[in-house]
This record gives sequence, C-alpha cells and structure tokens, in this order.
Amino acid sequence: MKKTIITIGLYASFLSCAFAQNTTKYLFKKNTSSALKLAPKEAKSSEENVGILKTLKLEEVNLVSSYYQQDGNNSAVTGGIGTEKLFDIANSLDIKLSFTDKKARKHSLNTDFSVDYYSSASSDMIDPRSISSASKQDTHFYPSISWSMKNDKKHQTVGANFSYSTEWDYQSFGGNLNFSKSSKDNNTEVSLKVGAFFDTWELILPVEFRTNSGDRNGSFKPRNSYNVSLGVSQIINKRLQLMAVIEPAYQEGLLSTPYHRVYFKDGTAKVEKLPGTRFKLPVGLRGSYFLGDRFIIRGFYRYYQDDWNMKAHTVSVEVPIKITSFVSVTPHYRFNSQSAVKYFSPYKTHLTSESYYSSDYDISGFKSAFWGAGVRIAPPDGVLGIKHWNTAELRYGHYNRSNGMVANIITLSAKFK
Amino acid sequence: MKSIKIIAICAFSASSMASCVTVKEYQKNRINDSEMELAARKAEKFETSFYLYREGASGANGGKSGGGCGCN
Repeated sequence: MKKTIITIGLYASFLSCAFAQNTTKYLFKKNTSSALKLAPKEAKSSEENVGILKTLKLEEVNLVSSYYQQDGNNSAVTGGIGTEKLFDIANSLDIKLSFTDKKARKHSLNTDFSVDYYSSASSDMIDPRSISSASKQDTHFYPSISWSMKNDKKHQTVGANFSYSTEWDYQSFGGNLNFSKSSKDNNTEVSLKVGAFFDTWELILPVEFRTNSGDRNGSFKPRNSYNVSLGVSQIINKRLQLMAVIEPAYQEGLLSTPYHRVYFKDGTAKVEKLPGTRFKLPVGLRGSYFLGDRFIIRGFYRYYQDDWNMKAHTVSVEVPIKITSFVSVTPHYRFNSQSAVKYFSPYKTHLTSESYYSSDYDISGFKSAFWGAGVRIAPPDGVLGIKHWNTAELRYGHYNRSNGMVANIITLSAKFK
Repeated sequence: MKSIKIIAICAFSASSMASCVTVKEYQKNRINDSEMELAARKAEKFETSFYLYREGASGANGGKSGGGCGCN
C-alpha cells in the first residue's frame, strides 16, 4: 500500500513538473534582469542555463496499462504439478523531455515508472499452512531513467540508463551505456550497448525446508547479469528496412528459485538447484516492409542457445493495416519453440544422484503460440478531440503452450504529445 | 543440412545488400512511418515482460536478456 501511494505521488509530481515547462520559461524571463546583475562569468552561465531551459521541451508522455491472467497445471512451486493460476495488473508512465544545447546536440531525458500488482495461487503454496501467506500477492515497482545525446553533425548518439526494481523477495540495480553511429545518409546505423544488473534474492524456502518458524530467514544471495548488444540496421530501399542484433549475456550467482520444490523418483524432496553460471547467446533479425499504401509487414526472428543446452526459435509477424490515415488494425502472431535445459525433469522423475535438478516448466521443452490483434487511432485533432492526446492503442493477445498453460493479456496505451 | 542453412543465409544477406539503394531523406516518408519502427511498440511492453517469465529464451528483442527481475 505504502509503495502504491509513493508511486502515485511520484507520478503526480513528475506530470506536474513536465507540464509546468511553460511556467518555467515565464519565471526565467521575468528573472532575466536579476541574472544580468551577477558577475560577468556567473551571468554568462545563468544566461546559458536560461537558454537551455527555454528549449526544454516535453516530447511525449506514454501511459501503458495491462491486465494479464494465466492458468495451467505445472507449477514449479509444487514440483511441476498444481495450479499456475495468476493475474497481474501492470501500469507504466513514461515521460520524455528534450533540449538542444549550444553545440546543437539534442539531449533526451526519459523517465519511466512501472508498477505491477500480482496475485499468484502457486506462490501461496510456499507456505500452505497459512490461509493467505505474504507470498500470495505482491507489488513490483521498477522505475528507470535514461539520457541520450544525439549529435547530428557527427551522426552519433551516446546514452546511459539506470534502473531499479523491487518486489517481495527481489531487489535489482541495473545500468547500461550505449553508443550508435549512423552513415552520412542515415541509411545505416551501428549500435553498441553494454549493460549489467546487480540483483539480490532473498532465500525464502518452502515451509517444510525452513529451520525457523518465520516467513523469512534473512538470508540473501546475489545474482549478477552482464550483457553486450551489437546491432546493425540498414534501409534497403524506400519500403524496406532490416536490423540484426546479437546480444550475448552472462549470469552468475543464484540462478535457481529458492521456493521451487523438486520431488525425486524415490519420493524425497529438495529445493531446485541449478548451476551458478549461465551464458546466453540470442541473435535476432527484425524487418519492416511497407506494402502498397495500406499494409506494413513487421517481422522478427530470433535464434537462442545457452550453455544449459536450451535452444529456441522465435518468429513473430504483425501486419498493421491502415484503414484510414489515422486508424490502423494490427493482427499479430508469434511462435516460439524451445528445448528443455538439461537439468529439467517432470514431477518425481529426477534421480537423487543428479547434481542439478528443476521441475520448472518455463525452462522445459515446449512450443507456444501468441496471437491477437490491436487497434490504433491517431486522429489529427487528437483522440476524443483532446489536442495533446496523440495516439490510443488497444491490444489483445492469447497465449497457449503445448504443455497446457494458457494466458490472456489486454493492453491499453496512450501517447500524449 | 547445416551447410545448406549457412549458404541460404549468406545468399539472402548478399541479395539484400545487393538490392540496397541510397534513399534520400525526402524519400523516407514510408520508412519514417511510426508503424515501421524497428523496435517493439509501447503497447508490447508488458508482453515482452511476460515472455521473460514464461519462456527460457530471452534477449535480442529490445527487452531484457536476463537479470533485473525474478525471471528466467
């Protein structure tokens, strides 16, 4: 509750700051005479600040809300059997500001506040003695701030991002640095991003494995993740553009989930155990093609493999159809096929002689499909006649996995400019 | 079979690059359409998040490649 109130307060204060830009301009204009009374050096600095603030512009504000629900019968909390019923309500507010400095470089500042509230039936089984344990529901709060500077003369952009995430048993600090360089005709761009997450996971064990009677034992384990992303995008012709990305990632620390149970063939039980390192190698190819005057074909393919022996192929296609110049309908389809990690086995099939074991069906072998459609409107006079409400989009998707899990997600997004 | 795949990928890449033409800024009205963006849309933000939890593969799609959440 406390986190929710803090979040709403932060939302409100940032919105008021963002929409107060005109007021800021007015105040600085009124105070120009006092700035001139300062010593020459200070006065010059103040004038520069005034100049920067005068060009401070609210680029856009994005609000995204979604409702997600899922159900299945392979919960890892209960060893690969039992309900996976869960719902999640997620909200995000994203504010983008920009200004141009005296060297004509454009700076963009992006702040994002996201909050998820979820309730999970399987998490409640961490401690089934209680009627409704602390694990049953939680709020996940994850703000981030990013800055980028675009130099049109040099055709390059540099940027940085910092993120924080907190939930019931997990805390994370993350950051990345990024750089991109485009060709003189802006038809080719090469980008590089280097990032890291430093996470801490509280060891909350299933009730029968606890040595004390409390919910928590105050023990924490780190999980660090490092990644590098290298991308190349190319405009092929007036209608087609492609992008290729390779993003190796390395993780170390506690990579298993402390409250996942594993039941062995001989009837004994332990908590999930996975290796302390994982190296991932995804390679993605994305393209968009403008077909005729009304159709756009957006495609994505990813090949993934890691050193836990998982291999995966993901393909997605969506086709925005422009019904009019400001209304489009977008059917979408995504297919994913993954092999199981070598440490996975279903309920009561692991042997006690194995070094690592998991019955988490999220890292098992399966095929999944996600399909649905979205409607997007961007009228020239603003949505519902509200001038600053630039775009509204409603999107629905249905997800099903070959192991029986199904999920639905509906998202509403709004852009204000 | 593996070599056929590699040859097919190389042939596709070579033919794509060969058909590259210089597109001037004033010819980019279709390329600059907001639906043509080579990135996930804002409305896909939470879909990308749930894939991270429900699937083992991640990264190279504009989302996280691991870390930052109690996900896979």
